[in-house]
Amino acid sequence: MINFVLLISRQGKVRLTKWYSPYAQKERSKVIRELSGLILTRAPKLCNFVEWRGFKVVYRRYASLYFCMCINADDNELEVLEIIHHFVEILDRYFGSVCELDLIFNFHKAYYILDEILLAGELQESSKKNVARLIAAQDSLVEAAKEESNSISNIIAQAAK
Amino acid sequence: MEQLKSIGRELAMGSQGGSSKEFLDLVKSIGEARSKSEEDRIILRELETLRRRLSDPDIPRRKMKEYLLRLAYAEMLGHDASFGYIHAVKMAHDDNIMLKRTGYLTVALFLDEGHDLIILIVNTIQKDLRSDNYLVVCAALVAVCKLINEETIPAVLPQVVELLNHPKEAVRKKAVMALHRFHQKSPGSVSHLVSNFRKRLCDNDPGVMGATLCPLFDLISEDASSYKDLVVSLVGILKQVAEKRLPTTYDYHHMPAPFIQIKLLKILALLGSGDKQASNHMYAVLTEIFRKCESSSNIGNAILYECVCCVSSIYPNSKVLDAAIEATSKFLKSESHNLKYMGIDALGRLIRINPDIAEEHQLAVIDCLEDPDDTLKRKTFELLYKMTKSTNVEVIVDRMIDYMINITDSHYKTEIASRCVELAEQFAPSNQWFIQIMNKVFEHAGDLVNPRVAHNLMRLIAEGFGEDDEGADTQLRSSAVASYLRILGEPKLPSLFLQVICWVLGEYGTADGRHSASYIIGKLCDVAEAHSSDDTVKAYAVSAIMKIFAFELAAGRKVEMLPECQTLIDEVLASHSTDLQQRAYEFQALLALSPQAIENVMPPDASCEDIEIDTSLPFLNNYINQAIENGARPYISESERLGTVNTITPASASHYQQDPAHSLRFEAYELPKPRAPTPSIQPSSTPLPTISSDLVPVSEATYTTREEQHNPKVQTLADQISAEIGVRLKLEGVQKKWGQQTYSSPSAPSTSSSSTQKATNGMVTSDTIRQSSLDSRKQQVPEVSAEKQRLAASLFGKKAAEKKAQGGTRRPVKESQPAVATSAPEPPKEEKVVVPVAPPPDLLDLGEPSETATPTIDPFKQLEGLLGPGASSDVVSAPSPSVSAVKTPDLMSMFTDPPPVVDSKSSEKGVVSSTIAKKGPNVKEALQKDAAARQVGVTPSGNNPNLFKDLLG
Repeated sequence: MINFVLLISRQGKVRLTKWYSPYAQKERSKVIRELSGLILTRAPKLCNFVEWRGFKVVYRRYASLYFCMCINADDNELEVLEIIHHFVEILDRYFGSVCELDLIFNFHKAYYILDEILLAGELQESSKKNVARLIAAQDSLVEAAKEESNSISNIIAQAAK
Repeated sequence: MEQLKSIGRELAMGSQGGSSKEFLDLVKSIGEARSKSEEDRIILRELETLRRRLSDPDIPRRKMKEYLLRLAYAEMLGHDASFGYIHAVKMAHDDNIMLKRTGYLTVALFLDEGHDLIILIVNTIQKDLRSDNYLVVCAALVAVCKLINEETIPAVLPQVVELLNHPKEAVRKKAVMALHRFHQKSPGSVSHLVSNFRKRLCDNDPGVMGATLCPLFDLISEDASSYKDLVVSLVGILKQVAEKRLPTTYDYHHMPAPFIQIKLLKILALLGSGDKQASNHMYAVLTEIFRKCESSSNIGNAILYECVCCVSSIYPNSKVLDAAIEATSKFLKSESHNLKYMGIDALGRLIRINPDIAEEHQLAVIDCLEDPDDTLKRKTFELLYKMTKSTNVEVIVDRMIDYMINITDSHYKTEIASRCVELAEQFAPSNQWFIQIMNKVFEHAGDLVNPRVAHNLMRLIAEGFGEDDEGADTQLRSSAVASYLRILGEPKLPSLFLQVICWVLGEYGTADGRHSASYIIGKLCDVAEAHSSDDTVKAYAVSAIMKIFAFELAAGRKVEMLPECQTLIDEVLASHSTDLQQRAYEFQALLALSPQAIENVMPPDASCEDIEIDTSLPFLNNYINQAIENGARPYISESERLGTVNTITPASASHYQQDPAHSLRFEAYELPKPRAPTPSIQPSSTPLPTISSDLVPVSEATYTTREEQHNPKVQTLADQISAEIGVRLKLEGVQKKWGQQTYSSPSAPSTSSSSTQKATNGMVTSDTIRQSSLDSRKQQVPEVSAEKQRLAASLFGKKAAEKKAQGGTRRPVKESQPAVATSAPEPPKEEKVVVPVAPPPDLLDLGEPSETATPTIDPFKQLEGLLGPGASSDVVSAPSPSVSAVKTPDLMSMFTDPPPVVDSKSSEKGVVSSTIAKKGPNVKEALQKDAAARQVGVTPSGNNPNLFKDLLG
């Protein structure tokens, strides 16, 4: 099971956090601090895994961004490494060659996508197409809702004149 | 240019994302912040703004949405935004789907399952689970996974179960995941839904099927035995997946649905553990996957690793084991650290089946141990820990301690320290060594060691090693005392260790007469003085001094009161700690007693004597009777006292007792009825929890009134009335105070013991497999530094060396030598000759799987034959030269000591024949190994077969 997902920049700035196991706010900050100290200092070519407090943290670096997932001691590290990549591929497809800025300014969208990939700390969908389809459905619905509210407010505005 | 692009992107996002300039500015200023403190300042200012804005009673909803996202952003950066949580909860209730999604997203980010606001969101979730729009249902289910806690599960469970049949696969999938989460939080809550999971396993949509594997994995890991019938269908699914029968959208990097394959392999590993019949179904598909998986891609390796895990868990089969060993050695020989790490882990799993597998990879293992990568190093220590036996315990524990001294990570330090202790307790070759190791562990990780370990050490020193030899025990104690006196010179020692030292010095400091009482007392006073702030150490020191005085005085010797000792006692007499004070007063009182009295109070070396305690305190009877006669009230025991409390406030007490979980109720209040329910009759109306796998969940009836129509039997009178009249209070989400007790979770039967039993069964057979593999030993001796070779030799035992020595003594034998005969005891004169048993299944053969794939004799037949009762005990009796102190015939040494050899009577011919079959393959093998070694990057140095032997003397 994945206990949490962290996205940290090379400078140690947090880009996204998702907690699947309960961590209090104070605990969260501590975890992030501890892990960024542990992971950002690791030389390239070493293992992509770190043992930490009896858990394992699997991380992978994309440009200046580190994707980290904390898993239980008996999970398959290589699989999680690929789950990270799966997530990145979907982000890439959604944003069109994703970059850190996309995630910074659209962090809520990144969360929605993550919610379609991971649920309850497990991989819920391994088909990129299905994830993309669902995200598109949600987006179109949101668009529709937006237009609707716009048109209503337009009508109200016109009526008010 | 790059900057321009990014600005362009920002602008584009600003317009499309709907975020205001304020938010963009915030993100930008955070991005430009130079330090954490600057970032904190910005966020705190932002939070202040948001707090002010949110206090405004009517905020446009669109604005509110943005505020919530900004709050989520602040929270993500580690600041407390709890003042805005309630707004997120409110937003989730909005009708507009855009706002609702934002509400759910932020609620899921803000709240944890234990938060007070959860109760407010339950109603919203209930409503949304019923929505016609499947996207709303999806959003609600995502929230369910994050937010619903043990108490609120009953409120949504029936709806989630209903959604398992939803036409949209996305909904079904999420409903399955939600149930998976429920199971994690409260296993009893979904145990009656097993049949639903089985049905979902056959879902048309592969995504739903894949998701169903999650709850199934959990259920099976709790109790594998009741799911054995799934083996065939799961194997069938795995086979189809591996044969690319799933839609290509599930392919990942050219592998067919790898994540589903991995999950299936995990489940099969559980189901096949120690179960020969179930495992039999799996061998074919495992072989197939081993064959198909390409090890060039990461995901292929992930599957291969999972296969190895599966193989090591199920009932062993030489063919798949060979494939697993081959995959593992590929991992170990890889350049990638990740794969090496996985290889070490896989090796750790495989050696449980056959300890000899490690031998071939000794140099790779040592390379990993000396790798600068800490992760790899730790994994290797884990492997060493698993393969420790009495012959290599010294080297391994020394290495572990060296590593332990140099790390700062307290979590891992604790772990490795406890491992050292465990290994030392289990395999210690000598008492001296044990005490030395314990001293080192305490010295460097004393504060992290479990106090139990300290007590064990003290008891060990006191009791000796259980042998009758009093002299050895005395010697052990004097060596302990000597080492502690030396260690006391160290500047900084952990408190726990000092306690042990004080206790041992007090008990045995003067026992052997080598040290004078005043010398020991002086040392103890130094300890107390140096650690004046640590009351526990001081108490141990004072008691130790008291003991030494007592022993000396009882023996009729005069002890002079050292001035520092007097100062110490005076100081302690006035201590704030009553414990210390008492010890000091006892000490003073003791000094005034006569030698005979002292001997009775403090007999020497009596720490192991049993002390009888009469808990009824009969000597107080007179006093009590007198007091009662004088009008005192008789004593009421604790349980009786609690009983009286109950009678005082019957309502509240019984309410809590009957419902210990004190769970919330989400169904409507019952209408008043003629027969007024009282709390005292609650239990009788509780439906009995049922565990059968495919029943209509009886107890569900009490969650919501809706469900009750299906279950007329359990309807209460009040419900009937309410149904008839059609009056229903909508009070879902409100705690029910009176009336029928709600859903009580049936306790899941724990059957873990059965699975462990099976695991041991697997182990028994594994050593016979090993026997058949012993013949294949590499001849290659790679050229590596002498130090590494020595380390390898000490870690992996002397077998490699012996093997070389035997080369000449082997003689040909017929191949058809029956396996049973080989398990008989060997003649003493041939002790050092290891004669391999039945030929084929060559476990260590790497190069050619095709060769190993056609064993001439059915390996299982052989295994059964070898399992004679005499086999294992004979193995133990084979002496190994370097074993200095094998005290108990432990399991590990049984597996690794020289193997059983031919019965003396069963003819020389028999001995010889099985080896000739080996001769051919061995040469080829040597070449293969040689080539393999080159691959790893070690250059073999011609023939030096006696290398390991020399190192071992």
